[in-house]
Amino acid sequence: MIDRPVCDRVAPDSIHQGAGVGVIRFENVGLRYGMGPEVLSDLTFEVAPRSFQFLTGPSGAGKTTLLRLLFMSLKPTRGLITVFGRDTTRIGSRDLPQFRRRIGVVFQDFRLLDHLTTYENVALPCRVLGQSEASYRPDVEELLRWVGLGERMHVLPPVLSGGEKQRAAIARALITRPEVLLADEPTGNVDPPLARRLLRLFGELNRLGTAVVIATHDIGLMDQIDARRLVLSQGRLEVYE
Amino acid sequence: MTTIRTIRRRRPSVRIPEAADGARPVTSEPSSRQTPIVPPQTIAGRALTLVIAIMTFLASLTIGAVSLVDEAADAWLSDIGREVTIEVRRMEGSGLEEEIAEAVALAQEFPGVGGARAVTDEETRHLLEPWLGAGVDLSALPVPRLVVVTISDPAAFDVAALAEAVGRDIAGGSVDDHDAWIDRLAAMARSMVAGGIAVLALVLVAMVLSVVFATRAAMAGNRQIIEVLHFCGAEDRFIAAEFQRHFLMLGARGGAIGGVLAVVLFAMLDLTITDSAGLPGGEQIDTLLGGFRIGLRGYLAVTLLVLAVAALTALTSRLAVRQSLAAIE
Repeated sequence: MIDRPVCDRVAPDSIHQGAGVGVIRFENVGLRYGMGPEVLSDLTFEVAPRSFQFLTGPSGAGKTTLLRLLFMSLKPTRGLITVFGRDTTRIGSRDLPQFRRRIGVVFQDFRLLDHLTTYENVALPCRVLGQSEASYRPDVEELLRWVGLGERMHVLPPVLSGGEKQRAAIARALITRPEVLLADEPTGNVDPPLARRLLRLFGELNRLGTAVVIATHDIGLMDQIDARRLVLSQGRLEVYE
Repeated sequence: MTTIRTIRRRRPSVRIPEAADGARPVTSEPSSRQTPIVPPQTIAGRALTLVIAIMTFLASLTIGAVSLVDEAADAWLSDIGREVTIEVRRMEGSGLEEEIAEAVALAQEFPGVGGARAVTDEETRHLLEPWLGAGVDLSALPVPRLVVVTISDPAAFDVAALAEAVGRDIAGGSVDDHDAWIDRLAAMARSMVAGGIAVLALVLVAMVLSVVFATRAAMAGNRQIIEVLHFCGAEDRFIAAEFQRHFLMLGARGGAIGGVLAVVLFAMLDLTITDSAGLPGGEQIDTLLGGFRIGLRGYLAVTLLVLAVAALTALTSRLAVRQSLAAIE
């Protein structure tokens, strides 16, 4: 899939637009830091199961901040966020890992652990669940081959290229098959052909049933997929279905 | 199972794309040992081990020194407290040698006395030599002769009764039970031990602060690992346990290095003193301290110190993990 020279525009019907109750819902959510002005205001939207959407807006519009709200790294100063039907303010630290395991996150800076091999980085979510290596090894290897890192699984991240790191980070986010995948500028560090290949990878994941939210300011990338767009501007959100 | 393979099984209509790099399946064998989640060898980790080793070494030296002084003080008080001296002065109308012999016989018959012997003229001259020089004519000086009485059973020995008997039966005789000397020596020994304990307390406080700050500094470099584990869905106790185990081993290693070095140093000093027993310096140290043996209490204290340092390091890392997680959440 990824090896195709030019990524064709994915047919609209191949992308799930989502239906039913959202796995993540925002209702009149606002966020301010300290006593400063609101950086995000009155956000109301939902991420439906098996849906695909771009989160976009100019630099500094608050895309990363919104992603942090989505994966419960920040708490809103007002409004309601429900994740898998639970009000995030009522999720205690003891229950939080259970919810996090259902959300995969691809960070803009990858956050691979440099002392672990690609294979070990991708296997990390299984390892923290206490699974034996024998139980997850075939799946990790298969996933690594799927993202095109079959030959690079035993090297350390410092020797990986930007695109390889990106794919390793995506594989790590997917290994436990999360219901939602959040990716922060996943194509920000790669050239356009690789960006298209990564986008196709996200499309495949979505077809496999994962709701995908991609934060990007790359208009060209978004034009390749006819998907829902969440546009942030001056702290407010507009949704283009 | 929640992996791609499982997805394929559940949704047979969904095509798993072939390997993006076209690579054939890699059939690498499972690694025999997984890389620890917390990197085992980092500059911060090695620096922390060094700090712990140095501080444990200094604290162990202080513990050893305090233990040495404490045991030496006990020995001094015990040795001196187990002796009394009968002083016999030359009196007109009585023979000095006869009185001395009578004093020895009198003391030996007393309950609780292990033995009594008169200090010879030669020993007396040797005692006076630092002040009066060699070859002193004792008969020309009003120097009392001494009878050393060794007490074998302090409970049965009655020094007042001995003093009374000596005063009654020995012309020019009196008993010195070393009370004043023992009191001064005890006060000095207590002061030395108290001073040592104060220094030890300061060293321990310095050690605790150094270990805590060095551990926190080492932990600061691991913040990304904590975040990644957290966002991978690791439970707080899993993350805390990973770091606690790592830092416990690190603390134990550093503590053991410092503790063992201190014990080896004491053993070498003791050996050196033993080897130089015939030399003036060695003899004096041996007399004063009874060698550089820190004793069982000293070894136990050093062992406890090493364990405490390891526990402190682990606990500090655990608290640092908790703080990092609280900041993330």
